[in-house]
Order: sequence, then structure tokens, then C-alpha cells
Amino acid sequence: MHRLISHLDALEAESMHLLREFAAEFERPVLLFSGGKDSVVMLHLAKKAFWPAKLPFPVMHIDTGHNFPEVLEFRDSAVERLDVNLVVASVQESIDRGRVAEDTTPGASRNRLQTTTLLDAIEEHGFDAVMGGARRDEEKARAKERFFSFRDEFGQWDPKNQRPEVWSIYNGRHRKGEHIRVFPLSNWTELDIWQYIADENIELPTIYFAHRRDVFRRDGMLMAVTEFLQAGENEEVFEATVRYRTVGDATCTAAVESIAVEIDDVIAEVAASRITERGATRADDKFSEAAMEDRKREGYF
Amino acid sequence: MELLRFATAGSVDDGKSTLIGRLLYDSKQIFEDTLEALEHSTKLRGEEGMNLALLTDGLRAEREQGITIDVAYRYFATPRRKFIIADTPGHVQYTRNMVTGASTADLALILVDARNGIVEQSRRHAFLASLLGVPHLVLCVNKMDLVDYDQAVFERIKNEFRDFAAKLDVRDLTFVPVSALRGDNVVERSANTPWYEGSSLLHQLEEVHIASDRNLIDCRFPVQYVIRPRDDRFHDYRGYAGQVASGTYKVGDDVVVLPSGFTSTIASIDTADGPVEEAVPPMSVTIRLTDELDVSRGDMISRPNNRPREGQDVDAMLCWFSDRTRLQAGGKYALKHTSKWARALVKDLHYRLDVNTLSRDESAEGLALNEIGRVTLRTTQPLFYDDYRRNRATGSFILVDEATNDTLAAGMIL
Repeated sequence: MHRLISHLDALEAESMHLLREFAAEFERPVLLFSGGKDSVVMLHLAKKAFWPAKLPFPVMHIDTGHNFPEVLEFRDSAVERLDVNLVVASVQESIDRGRVAEDTTPGASRNRLQTTTLLDAIEEHGFDAVMGGARRDEEKARAKERFFSFRDEFGQWDPKNQRPEVWSIYNGRHRKGEHIRVFPLSNWTELDIWQYIADENIELPTIYFAHRRDVFRRDGMLMAVTEFLQAGENEEVFEATVRYRTVGDATCTAAVESIAVEIDDVIAEVAASRITERGATRADDKFSEAAMEDRKREGYF
Repeated sequence: MELLRFATAGSVDDGKSTLIGRLLYDSKQIFEDTLEALEHSTKLRGEEGMNLALLTDGLRAEREQGITIDVAYRYFATPRRKFIIADTPGHVQYTRNMVTGASTADLALILVDARNGIVEQSRRHAFLASLLGVPHLVLCVNKMDLVDYDQAVFERIKNEFRDFAAKLDVRDLTFVPVSALRGDNVVERSANTPWYEGSSLLHQLEEVHIASDRNLIDCRFPVQYVIRPRDDRFHDYRGYAGQVASGTYKVGDDVVVLPSGFTSTIASIDTADGPVEEAVPPMSVTIRLTDELDVSRGDMISRPNNRPREGQDVDAMLCWFSDRTRLQAGGKYALKHTSKWARALVKDLHYRLDVNTLSRDESAEGLALNEIGRVTLRTTQPLFYDDYRRNRATGSFILVDEATNDTLAAGMIL
């Protein structure tokens, strides 16, 4: 008898198939890398898919300028270890060049501005395919995403007019100026990601594990005090033991109270959690019930 | 833990969303914030309680129109299995979504309303599941509570469906009487149906045997990517990366590379975690051969004494996806089969199939959106393929519009 294929083996094999289609079907593919756990898993899978060769594409970080220093450090060492090219596209530069205007009202974040920076970078570098670590279980608009998702010359997603995707035959054809987003982790859940990280012994930025930090409560979420985000007048700062479930712009990514210092503790917490990771930690998804769909239509990740 | 992919289909108001909601809820996969958002959205619509359909209808247009437009993927797990649900909308015009969901499914779950019995759409869904070669079919007779859990109602629907399914190629068919709303026979067997001797729906999903659905006989390995590191450590390394479509590959096996026809032997089967002795579907591996051959993307590594069919003339069933253009004899399209692109000319449209009556219209001059027909194609270069019935991976292809790049059709080779 042949051994059973576990669900993580099956997901890994599916993702590697997609990574190889991605590298083969496009002239200038690029992998998005934020230092968040999903993109760390993406990078790990990419390393495995092309081993013993190096990654046949560069990685790109859309830098909001509002980073957790631990994550930047992690990004640089990961990129150095794999000996891949890193492209950094900076939201600050987009602001300085007048491509976007910074929203300076309290509680504003640069999250939405990233879309312009991303689309400008795609155009500037001539990328025809952009791979990201988005998962369908994250959010309801993402539940409708394709593995190969078409973007028109404005970078727009048209969810009502997506290419049918059958079997594992992916259509990456596009005209000049258009591009394809590729999502190899579509079928993974948050728990799958953590179990895989544990099984494969993948290193993560330290902020994913419990640590002490100055925080304050805003809209029911725990926000870290950083150089980019200060507590308001009526918001009390206190020290707490927290970790991050997602890593994004420091001004709109919240921490959760946690004592999980080891990966197994994190898995136990995730398995027991009754709140989705975006619901728990992303202020950017709370605008409306279609906030993600609207951002994705404009060209967001 | 094993992975089971299943597609759900039902007509409007069959209670499909409620059933999925129930499976997710009872396996604790609906999170509190999702529930909160759901209650909020339901209230915004002036409705009471919780509209579970809003859980799967994620797009603005879907919520506005109260219909499901596109396949939504949902995930849940029990201690025994992890499940991927492709939730496909039941509207007549969205056959293409059912085809999409069924194309990768191990099992299709079709819902009927106990009060209405088998309707046109139930037959359509069963036909599509069989056309797409879904190995297991479960018919859920829902809303049993509204027919007083009457065994006679269940048996009548069961017999009617079984008669219809006999005309189809359905390998494994089971029936479950459920009430998604009340939870009867969804997770636990219900005391309301003492006459029902089968197991609960969830139990069936956990237990259905899928490991032997894989084709472990016919060796088919479409090469996706040639790995050549060209650095000091791996100076002469040349590996062929791909995902095993079918068959069992072992180190030392004799192989043939197509289309060149050159034979060689498997020197090693590599992964980043080290070499493995054998590879089976769906593993993604890198194969090295003992001889230096010219092998590139789109080629296939097979066995000398068990080769795929080869040719430029292919007969297939086509499901047409486009509302902008019709399939017509004489039409030329881009075709993708495994990891290979070619061009295809439609030489002949033999008939259009009425999926409700299974009758053939031989006078049909084209295929419009959601229509299915049998065609003969001529391709610019030889394809290496199998009958779809025997091999879903090497028996399937897509047609793409050469001008707009839209995906136009799914094809199943006969």
C-alpha cells in the first residue's frame, strides 16, 4: 500500500505546482514578501520548488514606512540567506512624489496607499505576474479569488467577471500592461500555516510570539505604541504580554494578548481561537462589510 | 490527516447555505467575529436572526442581489479530515461554476428539497458531477422535518434519483435524509429517522474511501520546469520538476520521454527534503534521469510499455463558459493541456447535449454559455493524453480566446 498523503503534503504539492507554473508562464514574475508569516511560508515553498537552484524571480516588499523593526530585520536576513534580489517599493516615496496624499487624521493608516505604490512598482519594473500569500479563508472576498487572478491595465480586479478555473490548468495569458496575481496558498487555513511552520521548522519574526510591549486599546483592539502610532488623549497606555497573529502596517495591525512563547503554544491558541485573524487584528477590514472587496478591486494584494 | 475536496450543488432555497453553515458551525469553524458580522449584515437587510447565506455570499453584488454568483471556497476540519468545500451556486445560468467546483472534487454533494423531490436542476447537477468524473456522489434529501420525517418520501426520491443516475457514470452513490435547519443526520444520526440505517452526512464525509481514487497505474509526469542551478555545487545538475499526474514512479524505473521518444532510467527523485524512493500523485517532485536528454516544459515522462495516447486529432466533450462568444465549427483557439500550450481548430461539432433530458441535438450549430457538446479538435502539435474517464489530469484541457485571453471552455477527452 502507498502511504496516505496528509493534508499538508497535498497543500504543499499544490502550492509547488503553482509556483512552478508561475515561474514558467511569465516573463517577469515577482514574489511579494512582507515578512509576515504567510509570505515567509511562500518564500519557504519557493525555495523548495526550485531546489537546488536559486529562486528564478525577485522578491518585492511594499514598504509602508510603518514597519515593526523586528520584521525589517527578518526580511533582510531572509533575503540574504536565500541570495535573492529584493525590490523595495516605498509608500513614503509615493507620498513624496505626490502620487498619493497622506491621510493625517487620527487613526489613519497607510494601508490603502500601498495599492498605488504596488501598481506603480509593477509598471515601473514591468512585472507581468505578482505572487502573494493571500488565503481564501482570511476574508469573504478572498474566498472568491482564483489561483491565477487577472488584473487589467489599471490593476483592477473584476470579481464578477473572473476567468473560470478548472482542474489545475491555469491560464496566465494577458496583454501588455495587464498582469496576473498568483495565490498559491489559496487553500491553506491559518491553522495549516502554523502547523506547517512547526513541521518544517520555519523561522518567523519574533513578534509572532508572546513578548512584553506597551499597548493601548482602540476600537476594542490592542495597538502597540510605536514611533508611528501614539495613544490618544483618552487612551491609557499599559504594558501587556502580547503576540501578533498578522503582521502589517504598525498603525493598523493589532496585537492579541497571549502567553504563547513556543510554536506549539501558538498552534494550541489558534486551534482554540473563536475569532478570525483579520477580525482580531486588522483595523483596515472594519470599514464596511465589503472593505476588502473594494480595496482588491482597486488593485490591493 | 487526509484532505477531502467536495463540491456542493443545489437549487435555490434547497437550504445549501444552511447545510454548509451547519457543518461549519457544528465543527466550530465559524468564528465569533464572523457570526457578529453576519448578524449585523442580516439586521441591515431588515431580516431576523442570522442569514447563513451571507456567510458564503462574499461579494457586494451577491449581497445586493441576494444570489450567489461565484464559487466560494470554505474550509473546515474534524479530528479525522480536513475539508475544502467548493460551494457552487444553483442558478441555471451558472453551470460553469458547478463545472469549476466539480473539476477538483473527490465528492459531490447534491441537495434536494424533500417537498419538491428531484427537479430539473438536480438532474443537471448529477449529470455534471458524472461528466466531470467526480468519484463519489451523495444526495442529501433536505428539509425532512417539513415532511414529518416520512420514510416513504425519502424512498421515493431515492428511487427516482437512482433510476436517473443509472444512465450516468456514477461509481459511488449514497443518500442521506437530513434537516440542515434542525441538524438531523448532519453531524449525528437523528432519532427522528429511526428507519434510516446509514450514517450521518459528516460521518460519510469523514469515512468515504478516496485513497484508491488516485490512478497509481498509468505513469504520467508532465514536466513543468527544468531545474539547472549552474553553480559550483550542482554544476551538472539537471532535474525535471513537476507534479505526478498519475502512476507510481520509482528510482531505477525505465521511462520514455515524450514527444522525443527517447528512453532512459530514473536516477533519482529529488525533493528539497532529500531524495525519495517513489513518487505518487499528487506529489510535486524533481526527477533526474541517467541520460542527458533534451527535455523541456510541456514534455511528458511516461513508461515505455504504458504510454498515453498521442495525436493531433482529439474527440472531447466541451463545456462552454463564455457569454461573449459562441463555439463554432472552424473556430481557432489556444489550448492548454497539462503544462503545454498548443493551438486548436474545431473541426466538427457533433452534437449539443441537453443536460436535462440527455438527448442529443445534432443540428446544433454552436455552443453558447453553459452549453455542452461533443467536438473533434485538430491541434497544431501532438498531445499526449488519456481518456478523461481514466485520467482526470491528462484527459482535461481548457480553450482560451486568442484575442481576449478569456478562458472559454473546459474539455474532457473521450
